[in-house]
Amino acid sequence: MLDADLSNAKSMSIIVTKGSLDWAYPPFILATTAAAMDVEVSMFFTFYGLPLLKKELDMKLTTLGNPAMEMPMAGMHVKMPNMVSMIPGVDRAATTMMKNLMKKKGVASIEDLREASVELDIRMIACQMTLDLFEYDKKDMIDGIEIGGAATWVEIATKSDINLFI
Amino acid sequence: MAEHLLNAEGLNCPLPILKAKKMLKTVPAGEILKIRSTDPGSVADFAAFCNQTGNELVSSSSEGDIYLFEIKRT
Repeated sequence: MLDADLSNAKSMSIIVTKGSLDWAYPPFILATTAAAMDVEVSMFFTFYGLPLLKKELDMKLTTLGNPAMEMPMAGMHVKMPNMVSMIPGVDRAATTMMKNLMKKKGVASIEDLREASVELDIRMIACQMTLDLFEYDKKDMIDGIEIGGAATWVEIATKSDINLFI
Repeated sequence: MAEHLLNAEGLNCPLPILKAKKMLKTVPAGEILKIRSTDPGSVADFAAFCNQTGNELVSSSSEGDIYLFEIKRT
């Protein structure tokens, strides 16, 4: 699969470091689109990005540290102050609101994009160190992934046309 | 020649592209896939998709809120 050096195909690698609902989108959107455009894609999941490989996804959204977050409501945009994240239930409500909004606007779910990633033969690598650190088991992760470390990514990156860190 | 039609209405980025790619695999070379989309971003994106993949964008037009594309599989 990874014969970028033998063909004219373009290649891309993405380091996925964040696992919240909003941050899960950029890597999966770019990876699936690139793969659909005949780019060979590898994704390296590390730190908080690693749970995106779990069989059961449970991504959440937080208003905390997200001062640019505005949600459309009744024709206006409502700012979500950092502070409200402290109130129990607010982040859960924001997560539900975002999921509903995405469904309404025809935005794919992360589950769908991840399934598309598998179908498109995207190489998905779980960081061994993160598995150890956070005590995850490979059997909690979806099938078809690989396990690797920094050197695995470096080797891929040196042969890739595009390398992204998200 | 069977008609190949993809209705991507109501779908947002990147779903029209992903579905088009999946469907193009079933279209024989030289035949045309027609796509209907409501995503304004798909105008630029199908042009880029065709440039990159080598498939030919035969036409790109719109009828009201619907964007229509014809892609010839190479």
